[in-house]
Amino acid sequence: MSAQVLTVTSGKGGVGKTTVTANLATALAMLGKRVTAIDADIGLRNLDVVMGLENRIVYDLVDIVEGRCRLRQAMIKDKRQPELYLIPAAQTRDKTAVSPSDMVLLCDQLRQEMDYIVIDSPAGIERGFRNAVAPADKVLIVTNPEVSAVRDADRIIGLIEAEEKGPGQLIVNRVKPQMVSRGDMLSVDDVLDILAVELLGVIPEDERILVASNQGLPLVMHGLNGSSAGEAFRHVARRLDGESVPFMDLSVKPTFMSRLRAFMNGQN
Amino acid sequence: MSWLNRLLGKNETSGQIAKQRLQMVLTHDRADLPPGLLEQIKDDIIEVIARHTAVDTVNVAVHLEQNARENRLIAEVPLLAARRGTRG
Repeated sequence: MSAQVLTVTSGKGGVGKTTVTANLATALAMLGKRVTAIDADIGLRNLDVVMGLENRIVYDLVDIVEGRCRLRQAMIKDKRQPELYLIPAAQTRDKTAVSPSDMVLLCDQLRQEMDYIVIDSPAGIERGFRNAVAPADKVLIVTNPEVSAVRDADRIIGLIEAEEKGPGQLIVNRVKPQMVSRGDMLSVDDVLDILAVELLGVIPEDERILVASNQGLPLVMHGLNGSSAGEAFRHVARRLDGESVPFMDLSVKPTFMSRLRAFMNGQN
Repeated sequence: MSWLNRLLGKNETSGQIAKQRLQMVLTHDRADLPPGLLEQIKDDIIEVIARHTAVDTVNVAVHLEQNARENRLIAEVPLLAARRGTRG
C-alpha cells in the first residue's frame, strides 16, 4: 500500500500549522500507522522543537535534495512511537533550495514505506507553499475564527483548486466556545458558510498546547483524558484514517440571559 | 433604550459584524475587483447612461453578488424620466 501525502497549510502565519502537523502526525502514529512528518518551512525550522526532536538533527531536507545524505539518514525516529519519523527543514537556507518536483520525488521515494506523510507548509503563497502542496494527495487548511485568517484561507482554497489539489479540508483551530456563545467570535458554522469547504476538525483553544510545545511533547501524547484539544486532534487523525467520528460538542451551556437573548432575536 | 438592547443582544454582535465584513471582502477578493474600482465603474455607468437620458445619480447603486463561487455585478440606475410619470 502506498502512503497518502497530507499537506497542512493556511496562508496566514501563526494559526497553528506546526502544532496541527505535530499532533496529527503523532496521533496517526499512535493509531499504529507508519508516519513521516516533513518540515517544509526552510529557513524557519520549527517542527523539530514542537515534536521535541531538535537535539537529534544531523541532516535535513536540503541535504537529501542536494545528495549529501541518503533519505533514511535524514529521517529522525521519534522513539516514543513505533513508526514516526521527522525530516527537518534546513535552517540556514531559503525556500529556493528545494523545488516542487524535488518534493514530489522525495515523497514518491517514501510512499512505499509509509502510511502517511504529513507536510508542514510555510506561511504565505510563494515558493515554500508550492513546494509543500506539489506532492499532496490531500490539503488540510488550518484557520482560526478570525477575519484575517479566514480571508487567507479563502485565498488558499482558490490556489489549491487552481493547482488541482482541491477542494481541501478545513481545520478550525483555537475556537473559544465562550466567545462564540456570546457572539464575539465567528462560529464554526459561520466559517463554513463563508468558505464552503468540507470540515475535518474543530480544535478548541487550549493552554496545554503551549505547555506541550514548551516540553517538546505533542499534546496527543499527554495521557488520554483531560485535554479537549488533544482529544480533538485524535478525532481528526481517526477521520483521516477513514473512521466516522462525530464532532465534539463545544457549545457552552445556555444561561438564562443567553436564552432570553436568543428568544428576543427570534432564534428560538 | 440602548442598555436594554445591549442586555437583550439586539445590537449586532462582533461575530456577526465579522461575518458580514468577511463576506463583503471575499466577494471582492474572489472577483479581483477592489471596492474602489466599483465606484469608478459606477461613475462610468452613470456617464454612459446620462448621455441618453437623465439619471437619478444619487441613488445609483453598483455592487457585487455571489452565488456558489460565481460573481455578478448588479447595477441599479434609477431614471429621472420614469419618476415623473407621463411626459408632455
